[in-house]
Amino acid sequence: MAEESILTDEFLRQLINVGEADILVGVPTYNNAATVGQVVQTIRAGLLKYFPRERAVIVNADGGSRDQTPDLVRGASINDLQHSSDLYALRTLHCISSEYSGGPATGTALRTILASADLLRASACAVVSPESTTIEPDWIERLLRPVYQGNFDFVTPLYRRHKFDGLLMRNLVYPMTRAFYGKRVREPYASEFAFSGQLGSHFLGQEIWTHEVGHTGTEISLTISAITGGFRLAQAFLGAKPHVDARAADLVAAMRQTVGALFWSLEPNFSLWSAQTESQPVPTLGTGQEVTLEPLHINRKRLFGMFCSGVAELQPVLKSILSSPTLSELQRLAALEEDDFRYQDELWARTVYEFAASYHKSVISRDHIVQALAPLYRGRAFTFLVDNRDASGEEVEQKVETFCLTCERLKPSLVELWDGRK
Amino acid sequence: MREMIVSELTQATQELVREFARFLPRLMVMLIVVLVGWLIAYILKWILRSVLRLIKFDKLSENAGASQLLNKAALPSSTELVSRFVFWIAWLGFVLLGISALGILGLQEYVARFFVFLPRMFVALIFMFFGLLAASFFSRAALLWAVNTDIPSPRLLSSAVRVLITVFTASTVFEELGLADSTMLLAFAMVMGAVMLGMAIAFGLGGQHLAQRFLEARFAPEKKPKEREDELSPL
Repeated sequence: MAEESILTDEFLRQLINVGEADILVGVPTYNNAATVGQVVQTIRAGLLKYFPRERAVIVNADGGSRDQTPDLVRGASINDLQHSSDLYALRTLHCISSEYSGGPATGTALRTILASADLLRASACAVVSPESTTIEPDWIERLLRPVYQGNFDFVTPLYRRHKFDGLLMRNLVYPMTRAFYGKRVREPYASEFAFSGQLGSHFLGQEIWTHEVGHTGTEISLTISAITGGFRLAQAFLGAKPHVDARAADLVAAMRQTVGALFWSLEPNFSLWSAQTESQPVPTLGTGQEVTLEPLHINRKRLFGMFCSGVAELQPVLKSILSSPTLSELQRLAALEEDDFRYQDELWARTVYEFAASYHKSVISRDHIVQALAPLYRGRAFTFLVDNRDASGEEVEQKVETFCLTCERLKPSLVELWDGRK
Repeated sequence: MREMIVSELTQATQELVREFARFLPRLMVMLIVVLVGWLIAYILKWILRSVLRLIKFDKLSENAGASQLLNKAALPSSTELVSRFVFWIAWLGFVLLGISALGILGLQEYVARFFVFLPRMFVALIFMFFGLLAASFFSRAALLWAVNTDIPSPRLLSSAVRVLITVFTASTVFEELGLADSTMLLAFAMVMGAVMLGMAIAFGLGGQHLAQRFLEARFAPEKKPKEREDELSPL
């Protein structure tokens, strides 16, 4: 059933004018005037090129932009495309926009898009980030085709990334999601993804919308919901990962959106993840994850310094979260010289599991637990950067795989911590 | 003469017996009130203990830092302490109610004062608990923020937040109790003034270069070419 309560009357009128749709592409925006025009043009091109016979609609859910973002979305005219290429629309391609209430929140934007898809009875839907400046028309096909043909319910992206890009994803979010839920989804927190109408309705019925994860970290919650719901998953290679926005570069905010939502998901899904023993690969369409190696100038010293000061300054906080052996080991590491420092896989996995158990037990404010993990992650990121300084793409991937296996091997220790046996 | 003495003694004894007979029911009432009060206070203690255990009050007080203080003083857990406290306050209330039932004029005034003071004491206790909780929460939040933004001396900042909130809580609690109002107000003003002055001196003199750099960066940013550093995206 459509969640019409979150749709404004004006937006409902626009949706009713559209009627029914086969394909819906959602673009959640907030002050994205610099990039959204190009992104919507590319989406239009993709829809016209690959889905010319389908009834398609682009839905923009805006968080109250002050830079005319919605105007730019509506103004991304189809005529511009027709002048520049051989694209012709066989059906009207609708492009509608709505400002949701409550201020900018990705979760509310996604819920608006889901409610619209439900109302329009769309069979296949995709969400595209307005900051995806590297988007190509064929991204739309790669995301939507597997769902539209009825082969899969949820398609997550695979990107071409620099070997040091997405360190949190490589060192925590992907390995932990894989260890917990048993599916090797490489980008569980994706800004581009596609889902079937049936899965969209399933998302709308989830309890996440009444919690914090329904506002921030919704993307990973949807991925987890698709996994735990037993839906058919696939990964599609898209291309180069778009340059990240300033918000995502803020580590604490990124940890809240991903780690916070991941830890939160463990509670309602305990029976599922505690019984999961090993992970299964997810079908990959196109090539696999690609790694680029161009040299980067990274301040590793700062990461190391922030790890050491974090362990020292947060000692009373860490004491309430971590077990004595883990904390002692971290304090020993923090006393080492930069060259001797290594935050090994096993210790890092144990640290994250102890944080997850403390989050479950709410030993202190849950948000503080997630924040306290940030300095420790910096130590792990430092080790990853040092260990992979001269590594090839394959070697980096191999190390990520080894860490994932360590996480899976140590998972029983979390189950023991969870029910207090340890 | 002898008869007179006997008559007076008899009269006095009869008077004493009459007085005692008049007093006896009130004494009985007092004893009943005290006994029933004990029972009610005990039931209240039991209910409160169960509710506090249900809402994990011990964990809350651990977060507030109260449990650590209790442990150091070899006192029982917060739940036990609060439920025992409520038991004794409730029973004391009934004992005083019983005493007032005796009808002794001087005592009644003190009993009345106690009952007027009781709600204020409860409010003060609630203020103290939530004040300590807020001090613990915000000092930890400040510590985490300072560590994650690489601000120097995070623990100093965290302690300053804790002290400020605790001092504010203490002044509110004493004001609520009506104890030495003007002294507490003066003490609070002095502490706040000292802290602010200390911070001003520390920032203005001790950290003049830091302040200078901060103000320059804030209001007159230098256009110095910065060494290029690649920003890593965590996601």
